[in-house]
This record gives sequence, C-alpha cells and structure tokens, in this order.
Amino acid sequence: MSAVHPIGGPIAGPIAEIGETRLLPAHLTPALVSEQVTSVTERPARWGWWLYFGISLLFLGVLAVSVSYLFWEGIGVWGNNSPIAWAWDITNFVWWIGIGHAGTLISAILFLFRQRWRTSINRFAEAMTIFAVICALLFPLIHVGRPWHIYYTLPLPNQMGMWPNFKSPLLWDVFAVGTYFTVSLLFWYVGLIPDLATARDRARSLFRKRVYGFAALGWRGSHRHWRHYERAYLILAGLSTPLVLSVHSVVSFDFATSVIPGWHSTIFPPYFVAGAVFSGFAMVMTLMLIARQVFGLKDMMTLQHLELMNKIMLVTGSLVGFAYATEFFVAMYSGNEYERYAFTNRATGPYWWAYWIMLSCNVLSPQLFWFKRWRTSLPVMFVVSILINIGMWFERFVIIVTSLHRDYLPSSWGYFRPTLVDVGCFLGSLGLFFTLFALFIRWVPQIAMFEVKAILPGAQPNQHRHRVERHEPGHHAPPALASREA
Amino acid sequence: MTSASAVSTRPVLLLAEFETPDAIIGAAEHVRNAGYQKWDVHTPYPVHGMDAAMGLSDSRLGWIVLACGLSGLLAAVSMMQWMNGHDYPLVIGGKPPAAYASMVPIMFELTVLIAAFGATFGMLGLNQIPRHHHPVFYSERFEACSNDKFFISIEAEDAQFDPNATRAFLEGLTPSYLELVEEAEPSPAGHPASRAEGMR
Repeated sequence: MSAVHPIGGPIAGPIAEIGETRLLPAHLTPALVSEQVTSVTERPARWGWWLYFGISLLFLGVLAVSVSYLFWEGIGVWGNNSPIAWAWDITNFVWWIGIGHAGTLISAILFLFRQRWRTSINRFAEAMTIFAVICALLFPLIHVGRPWHIYYTLPLPNQMGMWPNFKSPLLWDVFAVGTYFTVSLLFWYVGLIPDLATARDRARSLFRKRVYGFAALGWRGSHRHWRHYERAYLILAGLSTPLVLSVHSVVSFDFATSVIPGWHSTIFPPYFVAGAVFSGFAMVMTLMLIARQVFGLKDMMTLQHLELMNKIMLVTGSLVGFAYATEFFVAMYSGNEYERYAFTNRATGPYWWAYWIMLSCNVLSPQLFWFKRWRTSLPVMFVVSILINIGMWFERFVIIVTSLHRDYLPSSWGYFRPTLVDVGCFLGSLGLFFTLFALFIRWVPQIAMFEVKAILPGAQPNQHRHRVERHEPGHHAPPALASREA
Repeated sequence: MTSASAVSTRPVLLLAEFETPDAIIGAAEHVRNAGYQKWDVHTPYPVHGMDAAMGLSDSRLGWIVLACGLSGLLAAVSMMQWMNGHDYPLVIGGKPPAAYASMVPIMFELTVLIAAFGATFGMLGLNQIPRHHHPVFYSERFEACSNDKFFISIEAEDAQFDPNATRAFLEGLTPSYLELVEEAEPSPAGHPASRAEGMR
C-alpha cells in the first residue's frame, strides 16, 4: 500500500442510482479556486467586513474594560458566590471549548473517514477551533482571581519546592486543553503551508510577498515534500481524533469526579463530546452562512455541504437529547434521594426556565432537519444554528448552576444572578472571537485550496491506468467511505 | 530572451512545465526511467500515483512520530512519579501519592503533544524547509506551480545532467514550456545575483 493518498483519496464517481450528485460545480477549475479564495485577501475589504470588524472590536473593548475592572477589584464583582462558586465563567469555558470541537472533527475525523466534502469547510472550522479555544482559555485564567499566579498549574520548579497535584482533574484539564490548543494550531498551520505559497505567488506588492513568503516556509510544491507532508497530515489527523474525544471527556471529569448530585455521573464524557460536536457544528454553520454570503464562495460551500452539516447536527442533537433522558432515568432508577431531587429541581425548580430553553433549543429545534425542505432552507438553518448555540450555552449553565445552587443543607442554598461584569466578560469573549475571525478571513485563505483542487474532476491522473499497472486492490474503497465525488 | 551581462552565470536546473496531471505523471515516469537522481516534480496539490511514478520509497515520518510519542509517554510517567510520588508526595482523599490510574489522562495528553511536534517538525526536517531560497524560484513562470501548472525540475548537479542532452530529453516529453534556470557564479564581493532565461 505505497500509494494511498489520504488528501485526495480514491476517486469514485457519484453513484446516480442512490441519488448522489456532484459536490462541486462542473465549471470550477484549479485556477478559479485560487482566484476565488485568495482574492478575498487581496481586494480591499467590503463595507460589510468593516461593519463586522467594527462591531467585533467594540465588543473586544467591552472585554478589555470588564477584565481590567475584574482584575482591579477581584472576582467579587462577579455574581458567583458560595454555594455557586462556578457560574458563567466555567459555563463560558465549557461552551467555548465545545465549539472548538467541530473544527477538529471536520479536519481530522471526517478526513480519516474520507468524507471529501470536508475540504471546503475544514480551514474555516479549524480557525474557529483555535479562536474558540483562545476564548475558552481566557475564563479559567480570569477565574483563578490572581491570574499572575496561573503558572502554579504548570509543573515548574519554584522557590516553595512544591509540585502540582496530578491527581486533580483540574490539572488534567490544563494539560488536555493546552495540548488541544497546540495540536490544533500545528494541524492548522501545516494545512495552511501550500495555500500560503499560493498567496505568496499571487502577491504583487513586496509586503505581501514578504509576509506570505515568510509564512509559506519556501514551499515549492515538490512531490518529495508532498510525500512527507501527506503522511504528516494523516498522522496529525490520527492524533487529533482521540485527542478531541479526550479533551471534552477531561473537561467533563471536572464535574464527574466530584460528589455533587447532578455532576457525579459516568455518562458525562460521551455526553459532553456529543454536545461539543453539536454546538461546534452550529457555530461553523452560523459563520459559514455569513461568509459565503459576504464573500461569494457559494461555488465551494454548496447547499450540499450545508445539508450534510445539518444531518450531523440532527444526529448529535438527538444524541444529546438521549443523554438528557438517560440522566433522568438514572436519577429515578438509582433510588438516590439527592440525585432524584437534583433532576426534579432542574426541570421544575427555580431554574426551570433555563432547563426548558435548553431542551427546546437543543432537542426540539434540530428535529426540523428530518425534512429535506427545512434542512436545505438557508433562513431555517441560520435560525436553528443560533438556537443551538444558545441552547448549548444553557446546557452548561443548567449543569453547573442548578447542581450547585442546592447544597446538601438547605441553609446553604442560593440563587445565582449575573452582574454587569459577568455579562461584559461573556459578550467580550464573543468580541474576541469575532475579531480574530474577521482578521482570519481577511488575511488567510479561508478554504483549503489545494485540497479542493485535488478532488476536482480531472484533478487526478487516469485512475484506471495506474490501478491496472500496479494491481493494487486497496484502491477499491467501500462505497460508503469513498462515494462522494468532487 | 537573452541579455548581455557582465556577471558570468551557470545553469542550476532545467524546468519543464506540463498542463495536466496525466502529462506530469507520464513525464515523471520517463525521467525516472532515464536514471536521473536529482530531480523533482512540483504540483499544486498531491497527485495520486506519483510516489510510484517517481520511484520514491515510503515516508519514514511514522517512525519519528512513534519515537516522539513514546518519549512523551515516558516523560509524563517519570515526571508524575517523581514529582507526586517521590519529591513532594501529596496524600489527598487517602489515595496513594502516585497511582497510575490518575495519571492516564496526562500520560495520554503528553504522548499526543510530543507526537504532534514530531509529526510537524519531523515533516519540516525531512523536507528541509523552511528554505526560502531555491533556484526554482528564479523562474517567474514557476509562480503558476501553486496555482494550476505542473513542473519537472532536473538539477544541474545530477551526474547525468548535460545542458543540451537533458534539454533535448525534456523536449521529447512535450512540455508546454521549458526553461534553463541560471544562477550567477558566486563572487567574492557578495551574494549571487540571479537570472532566468526563458527558452520557449
């Protein structure tokens, strides 16, 4: 098996009998791909981009003000107080980390499954991953109260002669999220190198030549390089796949290893991972619908791509719904009074409104996607993707706050109300995310051009000739894995 | 295009351009069969079957990644055993200071982290990039390589290289364009200026 090319994969035509159609329009050529994608970074920005960037910057300013005030005054300016010591900050952390997961899923897991439709959206989704993880990392950092001591979480030699407690899930989190961010960044950059070379070669100004030339590392499309490059890409995908599953599992350990009713649950790791993929796809969808509209990339981000993503949201949304049901069943079946109370209280207690927002946004709204009519309707998918983002934020809020607000002793019960600084930090993190995203779509090729070119019709040599010559049975992949034609 | 220049030049490589993936893979097979060693194919995206056409062996990157991954695992185990088990034992919840069960997540994460470094930097190392200077960049035509054109380059350093015979050989492969890329002889005064000469 010397010639398995993971990026292209074996080309099998669309199977008309089962209703498959071409994924990319027939008029798309490699030159057109370069032109459409790179020109976004070359043309002066449209007013729509400036509007978007301006609003994002405004919210970034809100973040700067909120965080400065927080550092000045201390975390007492947030609404969390005993018994609800974790509130919006950890909700935001888990929510942002979850959003990042779709990027890795698209870039790594769909890659290993040879889902070639991923090539149009993977760059975009990977960028989203990196920015979402940056936003996520912000919250534990500011939640520790003395952020200048955050290095205590790292095993660094210090004057106290102390080491971190490696038995703590919070420390596992440091390693899991740190690894996730680093590996995502490496994967993203490796994927960018050939496209940066395209931007370099198209550049006319010395500044662009220098910047893209520096970043492209002198890439010259050499096949001797492609050989190692494709292997590196395959290995990074293989490493990222268990990594992405581990990250949200470790995040869920923060809760599951405790003895709080409502948190102490073995279902948490798979439940968190499904929810993460669900919310991440919703965020990719929201961003993609805007970008394809603003930048005219409809040839590459086709309706079929959107429909496939909606199907994934339907599946993961239903998984999440199943997890909600299982939690309730286990609470009832366990016979544990506290556990049972925690769940009854979630649905009918003081936070009933949060629970039902969560349930209707996450479980009910994606059910529209059972129908082709809804799942191919742009306004419907835009609204549903935003509802899912809201619902998944409330899921984390419900898990964290409702489990904490009823302690074992009624004298220690409480009710959490966010302050203006809570709201400012959350809206500000959205500003940080969208500012980074605005810069990304202006400066970086937002579609993996070389991957799209490799799956265009006629992009690969006549397969039949080479297959016969080399007698390689491995080229006949099962149709389920390799049936998507460019 | 010829230019009279005082600087003496020497050929560094011959660059042939092809239009289609079928043409480039056929041409690559001919170059390999002709026995050239220092040559390369440049494509905008990875072309299937090119490894076999060029006679390249399998990438060794996997072994580098394996070694890095195992190092990460070993580093994680020894770090946690030493820090929590030996140098600063912490008894929390009556559990043993260093137990493998609680080390699994960090063992996994560090394995993946160091393996990913191995994959990325191993790939860069095997490819010997970053390398921002290369004679193929002297050719303006080569800019199309990252867009939609396919190139074969044969280096002058190859033992079989002969400016006339190799050019005739490449012409026989019917490229759409052929160019001798030249470089100024290094002068003691400074670094070489470059010049490209289009031939077709």
